[in-house]
Amino acid sequence: MKFAVIVFPGSNCDLDMYHAVKDELGEQAEYVWHDATDLSHYDGILLPGGFSYGDYLRCGAIAQSSAIMGEVRKAAEAGKPVLGICNGFQILTEAGLLPGVLLRNKNMKFMCKTVGLKVENATTLFTSEYTDGQEIQIPIAHGEGNYYCDDATYEGLKQNNQIVFSYADDFNGSRNNIAGIINERGNVLGMMPHPERAVSDLIGGSDGLALFKSIVKQWREANVTHA
Amino acid sequence: MRKVKIYVTLRESVLDPQGSAVMGSLHKMGYGEVKDVRIGKYLELMISDEARDIDALVNEMCHKLLTNTVIEDYRFEIEEAVSQ
Repeated sequence: MKFAVIVFPGSNCDLDMYHAVKDELGEQAEYVWHDATDLSHYDGILLPGGFSYGDYLRCGAIAQSSAIMGEVRKAAEAGKPVLGICNGFQILTEAGLLPGVLLRNKNMKFMCKTVGLKVENATTLFTSEYTDGQEIQIPIAHGEGNYYCDDATYEGLKQNNQIVFSYADDFNGSRNNIAGIINERGNVLGMMPHPERAVSDLIGGSDGLALFKSIVKQWREANVTHA
Repeated sequence: MRKVKIYVTLRESVLDPQGSAVMGSLHKMGYGEVKDVRIGKYLELMISDEARDIDALVNEMCHKLLTNTVIEDYRFEIEEAVSQ
């Protein structure tokens, strides 16, 4: 499976993402610059964390208007897996590919630590290797991870089972502790925690690896025919 | 040339942690009469006269990039400006 790691000016988790896919997962990964205009030969799209365009205007707002996002939208429409982590999640909400928005943490602090996450929906193509309700440990590193949406949107998310991860504890003010959501179709996931930083015990934990394994497994089942 | 002044404010339903922190400081400084602080943004755009319908243009830019209408409201004023 071939992944594109989209790189914006100010992305800083692109190497982690690349490493997770290439070295821990053993799949193909390539960096793709934000002004590229073709993603058709990739099977999965990864939007890494960081501070694209210095978080100017609003986090993710300027990246959202870059050339590559038209291609990301096309990939999403084609049903390819699109995963946005941290700043990648912020970009996906600004682009309208996911509902809601990420606000400043309620305590105004940038927070960098490992937190407990609950897998709320283990039936998505990103989480099939987890179990419903499973508690996992994943690092966070954000100043604007306070998920906000209006009541109608929240009810929709709940009804469609679009809340995929929630925090075990409230520390950033996110509505109902939401840490990650998926689109209605089920192929675009955005999350603030960093599974790509938890792919090996050597770096402090491997609870994030199952997320990437889920994507690959799903893709193989759909695309690889066994002789 | 016209100068467009855009005021971006957080919607009332959205909590403003930055505003709350500033209000806390004002209270500590003795300004207890302050009952709420909301922090917004102010943008200035210089737009050439040959621009098409300027109201439509500004609204379009606000929706596409300058604001996020999920959490923000905006209003704007247009002034005649002398080009430099």
